[in-house]
Amino acid sequence: MIGPVPAIEIDDLTIAYQREPALHHLTGRFEPGSLTAIVGPNGAGKSTLLKAIVGLVPVSEGKVICAGLRQHRIAYLAQTAEIERDFPIHVRDVVTMGLWHEIGVFGGMNRARHARVDAALDAVGLARHGERPIGALSAGQLQRVLFARLLVQNAPVILLDEPFAAIDERTTADLMALIHQWHSEGRTVAAVLHDVAAVRDAFPQSLLLAREPVAWGPTAEVLSAENLQRARYLSNSWHELHHHSHDEGHPA
Amino acid sequence: MIYDALISPFVDYGFMRRALIACFALSLGGGPIGTLLVLRRMSLMGDAMSHAILPGAALGFLVAGLSLWAMSLGGLVVGLTVALLAGLISRTTALREDASLAGFYLISLAAGVLIVSTRGSNVDLLHVLFGTILSVDANALLLVASITTVTLVALALIYRPLIAESFDPAFLRTTARGGSLYHIAFLVLVVVNLVAGFQALGTLMAVGLMMLPAAAARFWARDVWSLALLSTALAFIAGLTGLLLSYHFNLPSGPAIILTAGIFYLISIALGTQESLRTRYFPSAHYHD
Repeated sequence: MIGPVPAIEIDDLTIAYQREPALHHLTGRFEPGSLTAIVGPNGAGKSTLLKAIVGLVPVSEGKVICAGLRQHRIAYLAQTAEIERDFPIHVRDVVTMGLWHEIGVFGGMNRARHARVDAALDAVGLARHGERPIGALSAGQLQRVLFARLLVQNAPVILLDEPFAAIDERTTADLMALIHQWHSEGRTVAAVLHDVAAVRDAFPQSLLLAREPVAWGPTAEVLSAENLQRARYLSNSWHELHHHSHDEGHPA
Repeated sequence: MIYDALISPFVDYGFMRRALIACFALSLGGGPIGTLLVLRRMSLMGDAMSHAILPGAALGFLVAGLSLWAMSLGGLVVGLTVALLAGLISRTTALREDASLAGFYLISLAAGVLIVSTRGSNVDLLHVLFGTILSVDANALLLVASITTVTLVALALIYRPLIAESFDPAFLRTTARGGSLYHIAFLVLVVVNLVAGFQALGTLMAVGLMMLPAAAARFWARDVWSLALLSTALAFIAGLTGLLLSYHFNLPSGPAIILTAGIFYLISIALGTQESLRTRYFPSAHYHD
């Protein structure tokens, strides 16, 4: 079902917005089939990393290597805040967008594709909501719709940016089950998360960022008290540095 | 009586018939384009581009006088240039797109007025700014009709990516190539339709027949297709009503048409079925959500 999935290698990656580094000197790899949580203080470069992997922000230095992965085979879920929630579009149409890599601009739907959309809606518990406009959905329901789209996309690599922000507990639990299902199917999954306790429970791998990598590896080692302390320290010292002197280079 | 008021102006006068057909063609193209502008939060962009056409049309006027083709071509070239420049500048500098658009449209407006007044009279200036729909001739009609046809075919071709990109730009950019290509194609369609409208309504008013019906439709319809259909209908009714008002009361036609569309817009804000003032302050008994 999921063939061999290549690793995503990050080689000395630096990303800067207007010459201020958002993330620098990150090296490591998302192993094929790994389930990784990306954690760190606000502004640590977590979302930036995902955006760089899918090509939404330009890379300043270093590179992301995903050999053998065509662009559309990395599914990326942005923060829901970046979606136009007033847009007059129906649930079913949003889920159908997941078929883009198959049907493109001109391709048509057939019975099998309709069935896949139905199955995805069913899997997220929105079987009878296909005809509702997305404006009528709660935040949790909207996230379910977007997960249904990910199901339809059927990509070997899935990147999620704060999938559980402002989402109710029940939805979080349901969607977490889907993430574990993807993991058991051999897909590579990485998610930006805030809830450290949930990460310890559910994610075997973690990457702790504070504008630079603090630790990357098994969750129990990465989320040690010492590392978390260091991430906070790096984040605070960066803010102080930033406010006191704009001219000095940032220590690597 | 009703015949005299509503029908006979069009039966008796060729210029009224041509004006009506021009309005119909403009509504057909402008309805969907305006709807997409509103949905993509680009209303201000439409406004700025309509002004950007002015210096181009003025240059055409400078070279060839009141020539349809010279002024249209000039408007098209300068309009497209400004649209692309504004997009480029907001992507490469700290200035937000709305500020850079405002900058461009003030420069364009001033430059256009200056260029027209070096050669022409105030009458010419009024013609360029406010259009003369009652002097639309067969050539102008042909131009407007062609632009509408091309617009509808082009929109049908890029409809799916355009909608997907308006709703969730990051999704399209990470799943398919050429997302910005559709954006540029859409910008070209906006400029082309403004050039069409400029013949009839002038550079200042052309955007009105695009934006006002589309903004009004937002208070009644809740699908992209019904929004586009409704704004087309509203634009055409505004055109028809405005023409009749201008005929019977001897008013300038462009402003009469745009003001009629403006009245539709105000009525829709007050009474529309979708999140209007009425549904907000006087929810009916069965309106829960």
